[in-house]
Amino acid sequence: MALSTSSVITLKINGEKHTLPVDHRTTLLDALRERLDLTGTKKGCDQGQCGACTVLLDGRRAVACLQLAVAAEGREITTIEGVADGERLHPVQQAFLDLDGFQCGYCTPGQICSAIGMIQEHAAGWPSAVTEDVRPQAGPPPLTADEIRERMSGNLCRCGAYVAIVEAVARAAEAHTGEGHEDAATGGAKEAVI
Amino acid sequence: MSTATTTTSAHAPSVGTGHTRVEGRDKVTGAARYAAEVPFAGLAHGWLVLSTIARGRIRSLDTEPVLAMPGVLAVLDHRNAPHLNTDYTGLMGLRPDPTCAVFQHDRVPHLGWPVALVVAETSEQAREAAETLVVHYEQEPHHVELSGDHPDAHPVDGHEPAVTEKGDLDARLASSAFVVDAEYTTPEEHHNPMEPHAATARWDDGRLEVTDSNQGVTWVAGELQNLFSLDPASVRVRSEHVGGGFGSKGVRAHQVAAVMAATLLQRPVRVALTRRQMFALAGHRSPTVQRVRLGADADGRLRALEHRSVSRTSTVYEFVEPSAGVARVMYDADAHHTANHVVPLDVPSPTWMRAPGEAPGSFALEAALDELAEKCGIDPIELRLRNEPETGPVSGLPFAGRDLAACFREGARRFGWADRDSRPGVRREGRWLLGTGTAAASFPAGAQPSTASATAHPDGTFTIRISAADIGTGARTALTLIAADALQVPPERIRVRIGDSDFGPAGIAGGSMGTRSWSWAVKAAAGELRERLALGAGLPAQGLTVRSDTTEAVEALGPAERHSYGAQFAEVAVDVTTGEVRVRRMLGIFAAGRIVNPLTARNQLLGGMVWGISMALHEEAARDRASGGVVGADLAGYHVATHADVPRIEAGWIEDTDPDDPVGIKGIGEIGVVGAAAAVANAVWHATGVRHRSLPIRPDRVLAAAAGAPDA
Repeated sequence: MALSTSSVITLKINGEKHTLPVDHRTTLLDALRERLDLTGTKKGCDQGQCGACTVLLDGRRAVACLQLAVAAEGREITTIEGVADGERLHPVQQAFLDLDGFQCGYCTPGQICSAIGMIQEHAAGWPSAVTEDVRPQAGPPPLTADEIRERMSGNLCRCGAYVAIVEAVARAAEAHTGEGHEDAATGGAKEAVI
Repeated sequence: MSTATTTTSAHAPSVGTGHTRVEGRDKVTGAARYAAEVPFAGLAHGWLVLSTIARGRIRSLDTEPVLAMPGVLAVLDHRNAPHLNTDYTGLMGLRPDPTCAVFQHDRVPHLGWPVALVVAETSEQAREAAETLVVHYEQEPHHVELSGDHPDAHPVDGHEPAVTEKGDLDARLASSAFVVDAEYTTPEEHHNPMEPHAATARWDDGRLEVTDSNQGVTWVAGELQNLFSLDPASVRVRSEHVGGGFGSKGVRAHQVAAVMAATLLQRPVRVALTRRQMFALAGHRSPTVQRVRLGADADGRLRALEHRSVSRTSTVYEFVEPSAGVARVMYDADAHHTANHVVPLDVPSPTWMRAPGEAPGSFALEAALDELAEKCGIDPIELRLRNEPETGPVSGLPFAGRDLAACFREGARRFGWADRDSRPGVRREGRWLLGTGTAAASFPAGAQPSTASATAHPDGTFTIRISAADIGTGARTALTLIAADALQVPPERIRVRIGDSDFGPAGIAGGSMGTRSWSWAVKAAAGELRERLALGAGLPAQGLTVRSDTTEAVEALGPAERHSYGAQFAEVAVDVTTGEVRVRRMLGIFAAGRIVNPLTARNQLLGGMVWGISMALHEEAARDRASGGVVGADLAGYHVATHADVPRIEAGWIEDTDPDDPVGIKGIGEIGVVGAAAAVANAVWHATGVRHRSLPIRPDRVLAAAAGAPDA
């Protein structure tokens, strides 16, 4: 029996089905960028270390470089191209734009997808390494600047735009939950003495 | 033909008002395409094969089996590659680094030297074939270790002289009331822009077209034209969006290899570096070993200053990290000696990396100043203010604006410096020791000749064209604001097109000179266009275009010490049980000329300070003596600051200008990193009472120091 090294697969990306033949070695990241011309998802390290290729798989954050395309069949894949509502930017995108939450822009799609997933994880009550009360009944902790920093640390920004990114995520999270946490939304006023 | 009614007299100035990035929407929606994302019909993929030895010779390459693999189109190596011309002086006044002249001989001067390019139909096929290619070497012993007293260290002039000396150093040190004599070291550091280097080359109707990610299309086009002996008009380089550069994105092996393959195959070929390959091929900052000797009177006035730096270069190119240069600007003394030495070793060529010279140099010098302040019992800020020079310490030239004192005054006020207890090691909060530190910063303010064009369209809009690069600096937006003011129209009516060598020669995004150099040219072109329109010049359907060239104006700049300045402040907490150092807050106040766009300028200055945190606490490429390569050459092994490492830090500025610049710009790309690592290190001393003279200040170093090890 001849070994098969490629398959025809169907990926559901941003609500749309794409059927394509892929080399079994092709990562989801390369399938998006090289085969489907969805180049908004960035390749920063190709090793799962920088977060630039972060997409949402069934609503959860995932790095597309560590996912084989053939293994992504049947998943709901959301990329940066799919987070806006038509011409209306997603609140996270709008906050990044308004507060200058980027410089070169290369880590930005990953930061934004990561922030969207993170805000949902937080709302669902997931604790982080800096959450003080991790009992299930405690509910979501206040989304402070420190919580945002901890939860976003898988997304590197070599330009060092972290201050503005945290401000943008806080503003978008505030819009999402309808209740603001002053500490984060003002960039951490409680901790800053400057 | 229509008549121009495009200007208004009651125009509100755009420069100085915060403006979101003009390409911002494209960046937050993923629509902005970077070099490797521009589609080409018939694209082939090249994959570089790098040497697995650090020194020696290629004996043979087993290319036959690789050529038989699926999809493989060609294997390029030193036996079949086109000849390159390396006998020229490039745009930057420099000889080409042989590192980019790939496949010209069988010598291997460092681990990760490109020995072949495999080209295939898909990137998976190219990668598999490249990893299959067997290369036989004749290995020779290699040496990669730098030391301050290395016998091969010798002075090298970079963009400044290697050595400056005035006065009798030994005599002045001997007669000084207080003396500091210390050695400081900084490690090998890598730029690691988030976007890996990538280029696609193709021939189109007799013209070489390269779609690239670089810091200057004029520069890269010029280098390719020289290397391949081409007519200048037959090379076009485009680089619309650039995912960071920090000094690493000039001409490198991948562009040259892509051009070779595209020439051979007569189809578009893309070569992208992997993150791991970047550690060998994208340049880096050399490690430094610096000795600083300071001698001062009882009142803290410097009588003797020596700053000597030893850095490392490759065996094929002399690049000097001019760390001792910062002393030539910052402080004067009766005896003033500085020297930059290099040692050639079997490593890749280092290159410019954000604040070359100033970043490591300011760490050593500003840490030494802090040690002197401690010895003299004088406040570190007061010590610096007492040593403010009247003229350039080495040049004797006047300063074209030096407001370091105002930066310190404003910074001290906002940071709350006046309440500081100068004693080290006395503030404790649970398991944390707390401390604060400060340091001064400076970076040269230069300009490069540039050309630009400004076009008025019949619909009342304008197009600016300039071979500028926006590597994340916000240059595209800054130039939009500059043009809006020159034309006295709202910025929404300006379209700025950059990153295309066909727009004419322009300076690079480097040396903090980009936005200043381009603004000069844009203001000249747009200003003249407005005058012509005011005179009632009619607009033909294709619009009216005015061109500018700043060569004469820039060359006419009189001699002066032109620099940006800054005062950096940091508060740290040091965990006495784990040795972890956390930055709690940071403030930088800068005198950096006219700030064009406060929104993006703040971000860029903060980014520089984040680099300072990263340099002080995290970044270190460990080079393995046995293999000659970097251990853990990736973003898990090479640590850069991430979200959790960066607290709420603040950057501000004072009113400042360059009187000889048409806009008053000095440049802000690098000043933010200068002095930042020293401020953190000085704060660690204040917290713990232990001096850390080697970066990064790792937990193991903190613990060893606390345990009484002599050399932190």
